[in-house]
Amino acid sequence: MDLSSEPSSSEKKQTLGVISMWKYTFKRFLWAIATLWVIITVTFIIMKAIPGDPFAKDGGLPETVQKNLHRHYNLDKPEIVQYGLYLKSILQFDFGPSMKHRSITVNDYIKKGFPISLHLGLQALIFAISFGLILGVVAALYRNKWPDYASMVIAIIGVSVPSFVLATFLINYVAVQWNLLPVATWQSWSHTILPTISLAMMPLAYIARLMRSSMLEVMNQDYILTAKAKGLKQSTIIIKHAIRNAILPVVTVLGILTTNLVTGSFIVEYIFGIPGMGEMFVTSIFNRDYSVILGSTVFYSAILIFLIFIVDVAYTWIDPRIKITEEGS
Amino acid sequence: MERETAFKKEMFVRDETNRQEAEKISRPSVSYWSDAWGRLKENRLAMTGLLIIVLLLIMAIIGPHLNEYSYYEQDFAKKNLPPNAEHWFGTDAAGRDLFTRAWHGARISLFIGFMAALIDFVIGVLYGGISALRGGRTDHVMMRIAEILYAIPYMLMVILIMIAMKRGIWPIIVAMTITGWIPMARLVRGQVLQLKESEFVQAALAMGAKMGWILRKHMIPNTFGPILVNITLTVPTAIFAEATLSFLGLGVPAPQASWGTLASDALGSILVGNFYQLFVPAILISLTMFAFNVFGDGLRDALDPRLRK
Repeated sequence: MDLSSEPSSSEKKQTLGVISMWKYTFKRFLWAIATLWVIITVTFIIMKAIPGDPFAKDGGLPETVQKNLHRHYNLDKPEIVQYGLYLKSILQFDFGPSMKHRSITVNDYIKKGFPISLHLGLQALIFAISFGLILGVVAALYRNKWPDYASMVIAIIGVSVPSFVLATFLINYVAVQWNLLPVATWQSWSHTILPTISLAMMPLAYIARLMRSSMLEVMNQDYILTAKAKGLKQSTIIIKHAIRNAILPVVTVLGILTTNLVTGSFIVEYIFGIPGMGEMFVTSIFNRDYSVILGSTVFYSAILIFLIFIVDVAYTWIDPRIKITEEGS
Repeated sequence: MERETAFKKEMFVRDETNRQEAEKISRPSVSYWSDAWGRLKENRLAMTGLLIIVLLLIMAIIGPHLNEYSYYEQDFAKKNLPPNAEHWFGTDAAGRDLFTRAWHGARISLFIGFMAALIDFVIGVLYGGISALRGGRTDHVMMRIAEILYAIPYMLMVILIMIAMKRGIWPIIVAMTITGWIPMARLVRGQVLQLKESEFVQAALAMGAKMGWILRKHMIPNTFGPILVNITLTVPTAIFAEATLSFLGLGVPAPQASWGTLASDALGSILVGNFYQLFVPAILISLTMFAFNVFGDGLRDALDPRLRK
């Protein structure tokens, strides 16, 4: 949840042309794969480090049945072979069965929960980006006037209030006391409003703050002055010259914000009782259903790492001012 | 033929002013830090943040001793009491005094926050510093490793490690710092690399200064500002992460309390209408986040020499 660090791509500025762009993209891809491999390995180590036999709790099982179960799940093979099999199954997007409900696989959980989480996440992301940008631009244009202070207050609340607190307050006031919206669950569109707000508040605040400072910086540039001197309309200057340039730093943080949304979705989905992947993840933590925890961690990580890779690479292609050096920090 | 000059001797008067006087520095020299402090003092929002941080720290120290209740003492005759004269913040579902628990929680949450920031700082400075100073292949390898680890989603890693460990304060700190040091290392490396190339360090090297001197006199004072800002912003991140862990049931074990566990315990009582139990930890967490964030932002602005008037 580290929002304060700049993405790596802005550090290097030397021109080396399009070939090095491709090279950079390829390199970044290799690093993304390496990160994913580290996570898969860590989950494997944790699975092995957790004390106890997954079948021991069934108690009374005859020894032959236990042995057969072990053989079925390859637990009788040496660990290095198990590791190889684990890697292989993950490459085939097979995360194995749940430990608590053995007839259900982790894939089943993902298939069921992911579309709902994706819906909620996308809705929150769109809400956060559009309102964050509007707030940031308005705050910058009315610097030190009331719209600026108002959006600063929203930004501060968004950064300061944890999502479970916000969600609970929203449920208590908007849903229970004022009876405006449904309390929980995932049925109609009106059910999605409160979870979306709870989830979007933090990224929204962050985008607003970033957009404000970025806009202020751009508005001081010479080309804005030139545009004004040319006699362009204020609206043209703001839309075509200022916002288009000010929006670039926001692109760089999209990866981090999405990571944030995923973490937030655990809590928000659980509080609102939304049957998405986040709720399933939290429940599996409460139940210590290790195979579900580890499988969804790998799944989440794969998505997020891939997204951050796309964002980083896209940024270097979008912004012509950024060129990659051989080093590629 | 003698030329007639336009300038005659009478036209000139000797300047009797004392040159020595003109060279004197009349104002006291303003060091970087007093200059930054001056700018920070002007920033009312940042000073409010600092004030809140100081107050929270004081309350964390004295708060648990202000009444006769302890944070673990249960009194089932007095459970779920709303705030009253005896229990200033009320009592929880086990009849424990919430005032004492709130400030005991402050101790634990702030301890986790500061400890995580401190450990990140130590590892980050060592790793980033060594990487930048050694340069070359060492730098390359060290940074590639950091980069691979940095791409791991932070909270997922923390949750993953907490699952494998026992619950407790130190496991939480370890889980948070295992990948938490990387931003600091990258920051320090960037700063040191920049300074290594700067003219004043080159000049010092040319004059035969030793590495220790350069580190002490140039590197440390010049990297300290950004590092301090980073530390200030790490504390609330850690407190926030702790609250999330508590919500997932991976926080400090009972009867210990952190703000995160207080808030997530309170969530269970809300359904029966005890909303006040969430109020105190929620406000304390939010205040802390607010205070550290505005103070960190103010510090960043104050330490930025480009904003100097």
